[in-house]
Amino acid sequence: MSHIIEIKDLTFEYKREEDGKSVKALSGVNLNIEKGSFTAVIGHNGSGKSTLAKNMNALLLPSGGKVYVKGYDTADESKLWDVRQAAGMVFQNPDNQLVSAIVEDDIAFGPENLGIASDEIIRRVKGSLEAVGMYEYRKKAPHLLSGGQKQRIAIAGVIAMRPECIIFDEPTAMLDPHGRKEVMDTIRKLNKEEGITIILITHFMEEAALADRVIVIDDGDIAIDGTPKDVFVQVEKLRRIGLEVPIITDLAYRLRKQGIDVPIDIITAEEMVNYLCQ
Amino acid sequence: MLRDITLGQYFPGESFIHKLDPRVKILATFIFIIELFLISEFIQYIWVVLFLVLVITASKVPLKFMLKGLRPLMIIILLTFGINIFMTKGEILWSLGPLNITREGLHQAIFMGSRLILLIIGSSVLTLTTKPIKLTDGIEKLLNPFKKIGVPAHELAMMMTIALRFIPTLLEETDKIMKAQMARGADFESGNLFKRAKSLIPLLVPLFISAFRRADELAMAMEARCYRGGENRTRMYEIVFHKRDFVASTVTLSVLALIVYQRFFYY
Amino acid sequence: MSVKVENVTHIYHEQMPYETIALDKVNAEIENGEFVGIIGHTGSGKSTLIQHLNGLLKPKSGKIYINGVDITEKRIKTVEIRQKIGLVFQYPEYQLFEETVFKDIAFGPSNLGLPQSEIEERVYNAISLVGLDYDEVKDKSPFDLSGGQKRRVAIAGVIAMKPEVLILDEPTAGLDPRGHMEILNMIKKMHKIEKNSVILVSHNMGDIAELSDKIIVMEKGKIVLTGSPGEVFKNADYIENIGLGLPPAMILMRMLKQKGKNVDTDILKIDQAEKQILELLRSK
Repeated sequence: MSHIIEIKDLTFEYKREEDGKSVKALSGVNLNIEKGSFTAVIGHNGSGKSTLAKNMNALLLPSGGKVYVKGYDTADESKLWDVRQAAGMVFQNPDNQLVSAIVEDDIAFGPENLGIASDEIIRRVKGSLEAVGMYEYRKKAPHLLSGGQKQRIAIAGVIAMRPECIIFDEPTAMLDPHGRKEVMDTIRKLNKEEGITIILITHFMEEAALADRVIVIDDGDIAIDGTPKDVFVQVEKLRRIGLEVPIITDLAYRLRKQGIDVPIDIITAEEMVNYLCQ
Repeated sequence: MLRDITLGQYFPGESFIHKLDPRVKILATFIFIIELFLISEFIQYIWVVLFLVLVITASKVPLKFMLKGLRPLMIIILLTFGINIFMTKGEILWSLGPLNITREGLHQAIFMGSRLILLIIGSSVLTLTTKPIKLTDGIEKLLNPFKKIGVPAHELAMMMTIALRFIPTLLEETDKIMKAQMARGADFESGNLFKRAKSLIPLLVPLFISAFRRADELAMAMEARCYRGGENRTRMYEIVFHKRDFVASTVTLSVLALIVYQRFFYY
Repeated sequence: MSVKVENVTHIYHEQMPYETIALDKVNAEIENGEFVGIIGHTGSGKSTLIQHLNGLLKPKSGKIYINGVDITEKRIKTVEIRQKIGLVFQYPEYQLFEETVFKDIAFGPSNLGLPQSEIEERVYNAISLVGLDYDEVKDKSPFDLSGGQKRRVAIAGVIAMKPEVLILDEPTAGLDPRGHMEILNMIKKMHKIEKNSVILVSHNMGDIAELSDKIIVMEKGKIVLTGSPGEVFKNADYIENIGLGLPPAMILMRMLKQKGKNVDTDILKIDQAEKQILELLRSK
């Protein structure tokens, strides 16, 4: 399998504002992301996961080590736009990433920056809006839309640039359950149907459980890396680093403590029901 | 109150005027304003009124909607009217204490009042029939030739685009912060001027911090979407000069010629 | 402190083309010391309702009684209402503005015109109630704190007004799992110590079921269900129909029931679910 993103010994340091001291946000991260995969990244606030994400599309550049996107070194200035076109990014606050007062003009912003011809932009705007199910809102003003809808517009704005990979930095943190579902459905669809590689940073364990692979970041490095089942069985370790497990996993964990032989890798309610109804 | 201002609002439509090249509309609006200031005799208003009636009819924007735009500016119009009617010296028609209404004053007041009303309606036609994004595109294109002398055409247009996008968001935010501080007993309404100004600190500090945070995040989001200034940028809808733009330009310039001729050679 | 909402109607943008009825003849009652959860999706009228309770919004018609006094009357001083009813908005850290944590928390009590010694005592108590260290944070700039700490300071700013009813709108929004748990535990603890009434607006059905004595369900500007968690979630099908979720424990029990297992589907908390499953397995 080929890797869309390769990270080698990535360290990232920045100067803290209060005392001017150097702080290591990432220390020696090694990570490869497979093309077409869906990876979730979890970790508590300040663990370094957002810094990691911003290193993946050259919004931040490594202090040490290397990051390659589609084979391009992110530190190579001549490839900057290729890196950012290949690895799109969707941010947490839907309000602060839309540029234009009209939806379709906002979607066009990325392709316009890439210098794409006008008729191709029109085609891409239509296609991208259809992909997130927002085509009928193309003439609307973003501030009249719900949080979930705005976030789908932000996603459409990124897919109009035809990226191979999209990095989502807590895209559902500010949304209500309905908006969260809208956005998660869209993300899964892009992964399954369009084959776009997804990297999802999230605080919601139930969302992370939907990924093929979960990476736990703690203290600037990868603490656990594996399938959701591999990761969530480590209930005690996760709790120690300030994270939770999905509620059903917690229930399974409690039952095991009561001496019940529940399989340790239960994540969803369906799995629990299946086990109990054997 | 804020809602009532139609100046600067867009009225969606597909009319002849809506479809015009924004550059033509911007320049025509300028010409229209110049005309208003060139006019020296009442009778000449006929030309600009006819022109305006023609444009409004073609735009299919209800007249009622246009007149609504005058309402928030009524104070300025009345003030202009009042100053002119009382401050002009001449043949006294009527007097009340120290205030005199003169024949010249009345003439001047109506003359200036009409100019102001026509000016407001004329410029609101531009914004009512032009999408904000087209307007900024048009301004950018018109300013492009001045880039050589250091006018940041693209940056100005981008600033306008972002301002239009964020004004509603910031208004909403102001309301939210104000309520949050009021819930903590803040009082924005009573007290003298000094006290009131001071009471705004709990509103303004969070508002500025939030605006800076938004600016920061937006800048990052724009960078992530490959924004690198105006160089090599294309447009989804390129502005094209059509036959209708030619017709509109001709009509506008004819009216201008007529007024200039009358102004300098006739009266 | 009792709160009584009687026939309250509120309309946004009245007589404009986009007129919306945000509250439609709403009736509700909150008793002294009660912990009330309000659920409903965005736009159902929750925010409008809570803003009426402390006088930030005035109803078009209807009355709101706080301890038997109608606060919709003109002669009522708003500062008095706001002292009694504290409201913590969503993302309250966005309202911080002072140079130090102390000064920011003191803003509310100062507006009440309290003497300096009383203000200091209240700030001290509020900081310890939200689980921060007074000496460590009091002179810090609130903007140098972490996200979770900022939120605590903001909540302390309302607590310092010693409201008899504390209303919290999505107090854990945007926090990581640990921050979420810490804030919830803090609210629980404070409710126990202060014995005030708490109104919690949340989308998290698990939290609401876990904490509330009473739940109010809103939909399209109306209160459609109200009662104890048990009573409200008896209408599970209806709640799902209007697009709201159920507590995770209940979802699991309902699925088991569907498969023909003899379990109680009124279960709301995860430890009750644990018990049920243990019984189920032992009876095998």
